[in-house]
Amino acid sequence: MSEEEIIQAEERRVDEAVERGDIAISVRGLRNSFGDQVIHEGLDLHVRKGEILGVVGGSGTGKSVLMRTIIGLQTPDEGEIQVFGESMVGRSDDEALAIRKRWGVLFQGGALFSTLTVAENVEVPIREYYPNIGSQLRDEIAAYKIRMTGLPTEAGPKYPSELSGGMKKRAGLARALALDPDLLFLDEPTAGLDPIGAAAFDEMTRKLQQTLGLTVFLITHDLDTLYSICDRVAVLADKKVTAVGTIDELLATDHPWIQEYFNGPRGRAATAAVSREKDREQKKQAADGPPDGRR
Amino acid sequence: MNKAADLAEENRDGSNVVRLSGSLAIACLGDLPDRLDAVQRPVSAIDLSQVDHMDTIGAWTIHRAVKRLNCEISGASEDAGRLIHAVGELDEPVSIRPDHVHPLRRVVGQIGEAVCASGATLMGLLGFFGATLVATWSVIRHPHRFRLNAVVQRFEVVGVSALGIIGLMSFLIGIVIAQQGSVQLRQFGMEMLTINLVGRLTFRELGVLMTAIMVAGRSGSAFAAQLGTMKLTEEVDAMRTIGVSPMEALVLPRTLAVVVMMPLLGFYASVMAVIGGGFLCAVALEIPPITFVQRLREVVPITDLWVGLIKAPVFGIIIALSGCFQGMQVKGNAEEVGLRTTAAVVQAIFLVIVIDAFFAVFFTWVGWN
Repeated sequence: MSEEEIIQAEERRVDEAVERGDIAISVRGLRNSFGDQVIHEGLDLHVRKGEILGVVGGSGTGKSVLMRTIIGLQTPDEGEIQVFGESMVGRSDDEALAIRKRWGVLFQGGALFSTLTVAENVEVPIREYYPNIGSQLRDEIAAYKIRMTGLPTEAGPKYPSELSGGMKKRAGLARALALDPDLLFLDEPTAGLDPIGAAAFDEMTRKLQQTLGLTVFLITHDLDTLYSICDRVAVLADKKVTAVGTIDELLATDHPWIQEYFNGPRGRAATAAVSREKDREQKKQAADGPPDGRR
Repeated sequence: MNKAADLAEENRDGSNVVRLSGSLAIACLGDLPDRLDAVQRPVSAIDLSQVDHMDTIGAWTIHRAVKRLNCEISGASEDAGRLIHAVGELDEPVSIRPDHVHPLRRVVGQIGEAVCASGATLMGLLGFFGATLVATWSVIRHPHRFRLNAVVQRFEVVGVSALGIIGLMSFLIGIVIAQQGSVQLRQFGMEMLTINLVGRLTFRELGVLMTAIMVAGRSGSAFAAQLGTMKLTEEVDAMRTIGVSPMEALVLPRTLAVVVMMPLLGFYASVMAVIGGGFLCAVALEIPPITFVQRLREVVPITDLWVGLIKAPVFGIIIALSGCFQGMQVKGNAEEVGLRTTAAVVQAIFLVIVIDAFFAVFFTWVGWN
């Protein structure tokens, strides 16, 4: 399949999804620039409800800028951004508030408020948006959110400076999940984590996404994350989204960067890991006998 | 989906059932958790058949009610059941706040900590002074390690850039002293003594003291913030790893710059204050400038100038050391940089005034009064 065909197929699917109202984020014709430097030009991207969309791209291709534009931290030069069918560009803070309550953002370094404890950090959005929730219930909510993200039970009263990198990310995620968002933005969640910690974080993201029915917009450099949890992957190159699709679909394209990315040494290692994992599962199933239980 | 959550108690086959309806999401919960808490009668079941949407906060509210009332859940949809089960699994005691400490014990503890901290700071400062001397000695032994560019750049930042603000401040202080002095002295008909007041006060005390305060605020705080940020971003550690001594590369140029600039700025400040005083005398007291200068030469002994100039470099050392010392103590988070910067300025000004008092006694004792 050539790149053209993939794009056309994608466009058809998007149109269908838009008709059904299945799109969580829709970006059309986005243009971003800093001074003379154009970051995005005519960028289109659609994120479906209930999927984990991985966003990849070389350094400086504007992955974080795209996220910041969608969540309203940066005003684009041109283009339209819709989140849950509501237009976000040019909205005042007050107007965007209703949508803002429906998403959670995990920044790269966690961006925890350094003067507040972990529990207080988690409680900030609840306190801000829903003051009618009593302090006891608020503490309980913070407690189960802390447990939900896999932090140890004694992490609540700790300050961010006392946490390790992985724990900071988990605490940041607990805060992002405080209001039970429908949409979650993760900016390089596994960067700087050891492989075991990164795998655990991926696993947790997947589990939360399934339990809570989240839509996840995930920026990453981590090929293992892409293979293990992303439903689809969007590739940022040449100032726009060059291709969107499952990894198999992307591998079928002939875009040099995509080929380089997935078929480079690291990409091959990640592919091999996935196939090893599949083999192991198959062997395990074979050893356990047929799945329908007949002996 | 956005229907407000509601609660109704009803009697079904002789047992009480709490029937929840609407959307159990955080935005629609309203006072439902409180109302659920208010249910006191024994309840056999919580009926969720009319709940159309639920998030984890709604699920948690139901979970805690079920636990408290020891009842069952009925009519839950598959999603709702899964969610309630999922949050139920997370129900473990989690510490939320630091342990409570008795206020008296806390106050005593804080006083103790403050005393220990000030002792440690004083010792640390002394140690830092020692380390600076060691660094100075090693630079003297290996002159090629002396960072002339860094020092000259600090000269500019600490000295030249401060000329405007220190000049203006001193000029105005000269005017204030002359004006206030003349009002009092006029009662004795000794307005001419205003010149003594302005001349002696500024050269001996105020010129250098006010300069020290200004330099502590401008440069001492900057040193603490710069070094503190460098500590946070691990630049200082990187420097050490490469084999560059932070004492030689960062602390020494700054200290040297302040020590050299303080006497110059102090003298400049004294001159500006005298000019301010002379200006007021000329305008308000009708003492012509020529008389002012002549009288100044008669009444201000040269020792007054020495007093000021001897004190200035000492104040400079104190300002630079406390700025650099506090900066190097930063660890942890960005907030610490702010705290340490404040500490640097407060400590520097406090120590300058303490040392100034000692100098005053000392110079009187040696007869320079």
